[in-house]
Amino acid sequence: MTQMTFHDAVEAALHEEMARDPRVLMFGEGTATKRKGLLKAFGPARVRNTPLAEGIITGTAAGAAATGLRPVVDLTFAPFLCFAMDELVNSAGKLRYMSGGQFSFPMVALAMTGGGWSVGAQHNHNLEAWFVHAPGLKVVMPSTPADAKGLMKAAIRDENPVLFFMDIGLLFTPGDVPGEEAGDETMVPLGQAAICREGTDVTLISYAKTVHACLAAAETLAGQGVSAEVVDLRTLKPLDEATILASVRRTGRAVIVHEASRLCGVGAEIAALISEQAFESLKAPLVRLTGPDAPVSASYPLEQAFAPQADAIAEAARQLAARNLEAAPIW
Amino acid sequence: MRLSADTPSTPPPAPTRLDLLSAMLKIRAYEEQIVAFHAAGPFPNVCTSVGQEAAAVGVVSALRAEDQILTNHRSAGHLLARGADPGRMLAEVMGRSTGYCQGRSGTLHISVKELGVVLTSTIVGGELSLAPGVALSRAMLGGEGIVVCFFGDGAACEGIFHESLNLASVWNLPVLYVCENNQWQAFVHRTETMKGDFVAPWAAPYGIESLTVDGNDVEAVRKAALQAAAQVRETRRPFLLEAWTYRQRGHMEPHDQSYVDPAELEAWLAKDPIARLEARLLADGELTTASLEALHAQARHAIDAAAEFATSSPYPDLSDLAAGVYA
Ligand SMILES: Cc1ncc(C[n+]2csc(CCOP(=O)(O)OP(=O)(O)O)c2C)c(N)n1
Ligand SMILES: [Mg+2]
Repeated sequence: MTQMTFHDAVEAALHEEMARDPRVLMFGEGTATKRKGLLKAFGPARVRNTPLAEGIITGTAAGAAATGLRPVVDLTFAPFLCFAMDELVNSAGKLRYMSGGQFSFPMVALAMTGGGWSVGAQHNHNLEAWFVHAPGLKVVMPSTPADAKGLMKAAIRDENPVLFFMDIGLLFTPGDVPGEEAGDETMVPLGQAAICREGTDVTLISYAKTVHACLAAAETLAGQGVSAEVVDLRTLKPLDEATILASVRRTGRAVIVHEASRLCGVGAEIAALISEQAFESLKAPLVRLTGPDAPVSASYPLEQAFAPQADAIAEAARQLAARNLEAAPIW
Repeated sequence: MRLSADTPSTPPPAPTRLDLLSAMLKIRAYEEQIVAFHAAGPFPNVCTSVGQEAAAVGVVSALRAEDQILTNHRSAGHLLARGADPGRMLAEVMGRSTGYCQGRSGTLHISVKELGVVLTSTIVGGELSLAPGVALSRAMLGGEGIVVCFFGDGAACEGIFHESLNLASVWNLPVLYVCENNQWQAFVHRTETMKGDFVAPWAAPYGIESLTVDGNDVEAVRKAALQAAAQVRETRRPFLLEAWTYRQRGHMEPHDQSYVDPAELEAWLAKDPIARLEARLLADGELTTASLEALHAQARHAIDAAAEFATSSPYPDLSDLAAGVYA
């Protein structure tokens, strides 16, 4: 184990995968300038700067992915994905199916998002649910440096296009990360959630930075006699339905938390899943705590308040824990 | 087709050379204040326009009140040259409620509708995508105004640049495209992303005339912009003016130029637009060292007051978080 930041953990994964597989290459606006270590190790053919043009960056990745390479593209900030939408959604996401399986798109698109830098709504927009909605794409959004490394390695090895979102607020927080010697042990398979704290009264389900808010809330709740389990989804698609359902069946209560806006967010899908498949286990209605239906303000206090906070999560969980629909059914 | 009567347009009185210098000094002092804020502690990232003051002042001084401006992330020069209040700009950068956009924009997307600075976007190419529509309004709703669209050499590499020019040309829209070719596109030099040195030649295939001007000579920029604006005003057709200039600091504050060739930087610092005009004015006897010092002090004082206003302004109320999303 070494201590490293989320950012460095991603870089370590890139390094290990590029060393392992000569077909892996990386490009983007400033990639060669900013990732000097990769450039030095793998040379300018495999680590490239591009023109400032997200559409052609992503289209080139898709074209290359379908024909033998395994590109990683850095699209820097999530809102710029809007310029790459056609290439991601219509090409990379659909052309496998539409070609009758003749082509696959083993590529990774990287983007930062989330509050933390006061950069405003054209740099900070948690739009991960858009890609969950689009067929053919996988979506990853880790909360720790170790997961960032393990999921990046798995994303690069996956045969499908993977959107890899990095939460700005987590980028420079250090954590324990397994080193290269751990080999494939460091991989975190796509589609596996983690139970990062066990509990019996209520399940807090989240991903990325709000996982940490959930953990803080769980700590507070423990002091108040409420035992909260925390599930970190890690991958949003494929969604680890089994882990979510098993946890909620145990606790009977769930608070679903994300920074992204509520309407049609990932939380809506999870709520639907639980209602469809674990309804009989519920002791209380589901609660979603999310960002509002608004662009994120650049103003620091407003930006920070956009994401659900630990005290609000704890309060919601406390209220849920006090309810027991089995004892007093309301339907 | 015009839907309403034209408003007669009057050219503003021509600025003196000292006015041009003062305008550039104010921008420089503003950007230096941003740098000072960064030195003092955590502060939002800002893309400064140090080194590009002549392009901003030269072009904006050639505009009329009824003209409209679209700009981008590196907008302080354009805004200040247009008469924006540096206090309200700094307040916006700091996310305060007294900022031009109530703190919601931050530094990157400051619009000031009352000054005709509309739809500022930090999506590179965003301004290029919106400019034809703004000009279409001018064309159909009347008014003599033209639309000026500032963008960078990097933005010219986005597909939307080409779409914008093509549409503005085939629809005969009065857009004055102004490319500030400052040699850099964030962390990438333009020589890595474009085959030629200049953006201006990319206009001709769309049937648009263009001109490249020494963007570090404010008088040359102003002259070229007056001609270009007059042509757009007269023909109601687009024109592309390219200002050949340099981004003297890193892409954004906090400052980092570790990836910049020191020789290139040094060569361009020697062509600093403010120093060049000062030298000219001193040589021509329009300035003395004392009067020059007074102009510098004047600019600094204005920005000191602005910084004081911004720092003492309140943050927006948290209850405003989701207010005003819909009309
Ligand atoms: C669509 C999009 N892609 C990337 C960025 C990140 N970005 C902001 S400014 C910039 C460089 C822009 O270069 P240029 O157009 O030459 O303008 P300059 O910064 O030199 O003034 C980049 C890459 C962005 N804001 N929007
Ligand atoms: Mg540039």
